[in-house]
Amino acid sequence: MATEKKKVSRRKFLVRGGLGTLGVLAVGTYLFRSPIRRKIAGLVNTADTPYMGNTKTPIIWFEITKNNTIVLHSPKVEMGQGTFTGLAQMVAEELEVAMERIQVVHAQSASGNMDGFATGGSTSISALWVPLRELAATMRKMLENEAIKKMDAGDVQPVVSNGSITIGERSMTYAEIAEGVQEWDVPDTPPLKTGKTFRYIGKPIPRVDLKDKVFGAPLFGMDAVLPDMLFGSVVRASTIGATFSGADTSKAEQMPGVVKIVTEPDFVGVVATSQQEAENAKNAITVNWKVDTTVQTADIEAMIAVGKGTPFVIQKEGAVEDLISDAETTIVSEYKSPIGAHAQLEPNGALAHVKADKATIIMSTQVVKITRDEIAERLDLDAENVNIVPTFLGGGFGRRLHTPNGIQAAVLSKAVGKPVKCFFSRKEEFQNDTFRPPTHHVLKAKLNSNGSIEAFEHNVSSGDVAFGSPMVPGIAEPILGADLGAWRGGMIQYGNIPNHQAISWRVKLPFATSWWRSLGLLANTFAIESFMDELSVKANKDPVQFRLDHIQTDERGERLKKVITAAAEKAQWTNETQNGRAMGFAASTDANTPCAQVVEVSIVDGEIKVHKVTCAMDPGLVVNPDQVRAQCEGAIIMGMSASLFERMYVEDGELQPTIYGPYQMALMKHAPKEIDIILLEGADTPGAVGEPPLGPIGAAIANAVYRLTGKRLQEMPLQLG
Amino acid sequence: MTISLHVNGILKTVDVPDENTPLLWVVRDLLELKGTKFGCGKAACGACTLHVDGEAVRSCSYPVKFARDKQITTIEGLGSPENPHPVQQAWIEEVVPQCGYCQPGFMMATAALLKKIPRPTDTDIDNNIVNVCRCATYYRMRKAIHRAAEIQQESTEKPIT
Repeated sequence: MATEKKKVSRRKFLVRGGLGTLGVLAVGTYLFRSPIRRKIAGLVNTADTPYMGNTKTPIIWFEITKNNTIVLHSPKVEMGQGTFTGLAQMVAEELEVAMERIQVVHAQSASGNMDGFATGGSTSISALWVPLRELAATMRKMLENEAIKKMDAGDVQPVVSNGSITIGERSMTYAEIAEGVQEWDVPDTPPLKTGKTFRYIGKPIPRVDLKDKVFGAPLFGMDAVLPDMLFGSVVRASTIGATFSGADTSKAEQMPGVVKIVTEPDFVGVVATSQQEAENAKNAITVNWKVDTTVQTADIEAMIAVGKGTPFVIQKEGAVEDLISDAETTIVSEYKSPIGAHAQLEPNGALAHVKADKATIIMSTQVVKITRDEIAERLDLDAENVNIVPTFLGGGFGRRLHTPNGIQAAVLSKAVGKPVKCFFSRKEEFQNDTFRPPTHHVLKAKLNSNGSIEAFEHNVSSGDVAFGSPMVPGIAEPILGADLGAWRGGMIQYGNIPNHQAISWRVKLPFATSWWRSLGLLANTFAIESFMDELSVKANKDPVQFRLDHIQTDERGERLKKVITAAAEKAQWTNETQNGRAMGFAASTDANTPCAQVVEVSIVDGEIKVHKVTCAMDPGLVVNPDQVRAQCEGAIIMGMSASLFERMYVEDGELQPTIYGPYQMALMKHAPKEIDIILLEGADTPGAVGEPPLGPIGAAIANAVYRLTGKRLQEMPLQLG
Repeated sequence: MTISLHVNGILKTVDVPDENTPLLWVVRDLLELKGTKFGCGKAACGACTLHVDGEAVRSCSYPVKFARDKQITTIEGLGSPENPHPVQQAWIEEVVPQCGYCQPGFMMATAALLKKIPRPTDTDIDNNIVNVCRCATYYRMRKAIHRAAEIQQESTEKPIT
């Protein structure tokens, strides 16, 4: 998909003075909304989803404070992925200021600087790569022009350096230049810097939020406080499909500290003077839940099966059916993945202060605009009168791509006329998650006489990911056909296979499934890359060379080949088991970012032990290599966790387990002692980083276990049994 | 009822409605120290780890009545940007945090470990650092824990000036 070029110079800049007590200059612009189809498809299919700003309201991007700090109001939220740091580097580059002079804050929705899409899909840096640098460059030019006026420079050229402009003998800081300016001339956007002249982009600069996070600063939604704040608690269903039909609150009303019991058509909540009292009172409420059917794990497993639900061909090349119809020559294999929980450490929560005509909601969310609009609708306020104040997120991973919990906090606040903070218990998190859907995969292939793949088919049955999400309007479903989240990573990346196709089978599950970091990539890659390993064994070929042989020679193929070769060489790939350790290999291409991983695995006390992971990835231009590495390290271990341990199940209508521990996750003792990351930069613009390295890990481990034990593990979590 | 306790070296007296209120909420909501986090409420994740008389404690499951007159240390009292604790210094050098939410709990658990075992082995780390980090920053954390042990040793070896 072609990148839609945006030129800031054609748009109108706005300059406002005196933002709060700090600002002396703020620069904003209008950006155009993109067609909805592009929004949806771009989310998953490409790495170049554009920034989707607002068309009507002024947008504030930068402030210059009196002490000459540049404050960037980021429309993307920081959830650990390092976006704030990358954005600051981009601004430093074009504004010619040192990193220390840049402060990044979350843009409040009232500022107008909202991304109509979300923070997600590994798109934050790539989406803002051009527009943000253009904005910064234009602002620098505005300051230069003003400096020329103020310093009466004549023909002497201004020299810009670290937030100051020098003309001849005189020098002024940006803050001094901006002071008192009422109207700015907006010049054409000057040419942007390129690779060779970068001073900040491409450097491993420490995270801008590092010290705040090390010294315990109150950054998160859970940490928010307002004067006279009260504590709310909402009773949530623990049974799948339960609907609220009233509650007995008589006991709770008498409990100490209770300010008000709020009964709404769809929920009941309590407001109290302390967290403990709110919880105590909540536990004294008896809710009448209406439950039609009691679901069990077996019911879910019966639903998730290739052949059931609605099929949709998402990729087709050649005549696959004819070649894989013969049972004797067709190789068939099946794979499965379980329900996965987000399990982010900071629970969903919000601090709301609702007044008669306006509302402020402070919270961790990946969807500022959607949350604002939902709350405005529920409170019957104009959206402009609802201000969402995004905070740092204690983990996102897609869990906060729908945050209707802000509505509940707002309703409770409105009922008592005071600020109310309200958040999920851990049990509620586990039972009201928007889970990674379980999957079932059927793969079929035919090898020709010289051991090459002649035909390859991947079928994936999955619960919904994108469909049903407020980010993807219902109208998109018939247009798209298949759920683009479920098939992420589900297409076959080996273009040299003459006949190949992928089919997505849609299943509607009775509980919420949605975005989980990398979406379908983990499960789809587990299935496809395990099967590729099976085929390489059947063909009696080295699995790395076998993959290389099946990759086409176009640009995408060449980038994939390079990461495969780089990972294999660095890891000193071998098909042989040495000292009880075997290697496993897998590769994936996600949102144009190819990634290959080699793992070294042994069996220790009957358990799979991952000793070392070598990961080669090509995300295009790397803005901050240290943070890209951090994303790889985290994604690898998170993917390991999901592949080896994690599994939700359903018992008597309830999703289980409901606490860390029983929901087993990777801990320190499971993390590989060695992680070797190789970054290739096969494109001159940045691409996806946060999700692609989650792809190969599950298959790579399973493939290593096969080399060690001769046993092919076909179901996640991988267990030796 | 009122309960007195020493928090980061300062005597505090708090009025709690219920003596079984977890120490976590006293620290966060009454003393306004937000660095100690709520993660699970069942002592299963370690995000709420702080020190009570030098021992690492999961404060979400520690009734405030047991903290009476004791010495409580939270992340805010562990060190400061001007005078970081070796663990914090190491966390900065290794650029450990991603989302950062669980990190105070890990740093408090590590600080307590280093008091008991000044030079922990990988196995010591595996056995003692059992908090949950969903960003899975374990790889850098392990490096940072070893580095913190080094910094601690260097600082104790320095002659007193």
